[in-house]
Amino acid sequence: MKSAVIVFPGSNCDRDMAEALKLVSGKAPEMVWHRDSELPQGLDLIAIPGGFSYGDYLRSGAMAAQSPVMRAVREAAERGVFVLGVCNGFQVLTESHLLPGALMRNAGISFVCRDVALTVENSQSAFTSRYEAGEQITIPVAHHDGNYQADEAVLDRIEGEGRVAFRYAGAVNGSARGIAGIINEAGNVLGMMPHPERAVEPAHGRTDGRRLFEGLLDTVLQPA
Amino acid sequence: MKTRVYVTLKNGVLDPQGKAIHHALEGLGFSGVNDVRAGKLIELDLEAGVSDADVEEMCRKLLANTVIENFRIERPEAA
Repeated sequence: MKSAVIVFPGSNCDRDMAEALKLVSGKAPEMVWHRDSELPQGLDLIAIPGGFSYGDYLRSGAMAAQSPVMRAVREAAERGVFVLGVCNGFQVLTESHLLPGALMRNAGISFVCRDVALTVENSQSAFTSRYEAGEQITIPVAHHDGNYQADEAVLDRIEGEGRVAFRYAGAVNGSARGIAGIINEAGNVLGMMPHPERAVEPAHGRTDGRRLFEGLLDTVLQPA
Repeated sequence: MKTRVYVTLKNGVLDPQGKAIHHALEGLGFSGVNDVRAGKLIELDLEAGVSDADVEEMCRKLLANTVIENFRIERPEAA
């Protein structure tokens, strides 16, 4: 699996993401700087990592969404390349309109940094195929702006189309309908606030995030 | 020419910052505050040729996230 991790000024989970991808796929991803307007050829997966791109100026993810590299990411996503946005990466994807809705300040104002229980809502996507629908997993979150909001019509549509990938099992940040991660219409873009790359090896304390990367690897390696 | 853009949360969108400010005002003993909503003021220093439509485009593309925010543009009368 050929992957790339996008690096913005202020990204801080880019190396964790790279380590997780290397661990699971056996191949280190290319690190792509935000000013690059072209992506490496033949990518299977683009990962947009967590952090505070551009200092979260204006709105989380807003400046990153306008960066040269995101134009290339948008084009790649349209061609069907898998895109995984975690935490700030999810915020960048909504600000880039690759995913619907917006991520607002946590309802409780506080930064939330802890393990959270998630329910896997959809096990049919390339990102979640190694999970069982309804399964409960535990993955850490670390965010200030994770409160997912969209209007009722959008929420109904993504629910109806099975595009809610993960839901918080308890209250975390005030997200509408407890949404923790959503998939785009075509099924190749996932944005989620929890950090699967921080739960991929026993030293992390748990490995529930590993299957997300393994599921992607299965899909990519599958003979067409 | 200074143009002001006010970015505010849409009605019905929960404003945790506004709530915290409200709470702090009450803590200071100010009564009679029914609600607080926090927003942003962005000042643009524009050349004369920049049209209203251009500023609106700036708001839609970057300054406001229209999923959750409204914007209002205040331009001084052309001299």
